[in-house]
Amino acid sequence: MEFKQFIFYFFAAVLVFAATMVITVKNPVKAALFLVLAFFNAAGLWLLLQAEFLAIVLVLVYVGAVMVLFLFVVMMLDINIARLREGFTRYLPLGGAVAVLLAAEMALVLGSGRFGLERVPEPAGLAADASNTRALGRLLYTTYAYPFELAALVLLVAIIAAIVLTLRRRKDTKYQDPGRQVRVERSERVRLVKMPAEKKS
Amino acid sequence: MIPLSHYLILGAILFSIAVVGVFLNRKNLVILLMAIELMLLAVNLNFVAFAHYLGDISGQVFVFFVLTVAAAESAIGLAILVVVFRNRRTINVEDLDTLKG
Repeated sequence: MEFKQFIFYFFAAVLVFAATMVITVKNPVKAALFLVLAFFNAAGLWLLLQAEFLAIVLVLVYVGAVMVLFLFVVMMLDINIARLREGFTRYLPLGGAVAVLLAAEMALVLGSGRFGLERVPEPAGLAADASNTRALGRLLYTTYAYPFELAALVLLVAIIAAIVLTLRRRKDTKYQDPGRQVRVERSERVRLVKMPAEKKS
Repeated sequence: MIPLSHYLILGAILFSIAVVGVFLNRKNLVILLMAIELMLLAVNLNFVAFAHYLGDISGQVFVFFVLTVAAAESAIGLAILVVVFRNRRTINVEDLDTLKG
């Protein structure tokens, strides 16, 4: 077995194992950590496929940002795990059968030689100074410039939506309203009271 | 030499695992979101494999966009999750039946 093949099967095995653990472990925190492992191994496979930039982006964006977000939320919420696990064993046979059937059918189609090495040969290796990032950037800023801007817009919408959804005004905190402060009149604040002078008795 | 079909079958297995994850954890919203992330990862793996074997880097651009949308999706999904938990004190899908007639 070639070293590259060994790397592929090792990463694939760990990836499948981590994905299985994500959906079966009891603790959501452990599930998030196994998802991190799965993403790491997927990044390794992408490196094998010479998609270096995307592999790094997967680690930075997913492991660095999205999974930390998941962990934050999971640890912030006080979840009753036992109640959420109800029906797990009941659905296991049906779900497992569906999954095995799905995977077997797709493997039948994909593994029947149409995507084998005879039909789709492994491409020749790139030159030593070939830059995946440069090629991707060149394509992204020319052919796909407009979709790229749209992606930025999607991210902006996501930022605003996430903030607006979770924003709340606490009732017990005191805060100032500058508009009302500016609009205030003298008559609202100062009251002149006329009263007779006190007489010495 | 690793044939393209092995990458595709790996993606199919990953997708099936995510589907069974939706089946098994249909009460836990957090794990449901994680299963969706796994599905997107399987799709991205197919994109990258095809981009490599067909020599067309456009597939990687699509992975880029999928990653963007997935990040946005999980951010908004988790925000909705936090709001739901704040209002109902639960994230069990069975308890979220206010709209039921």
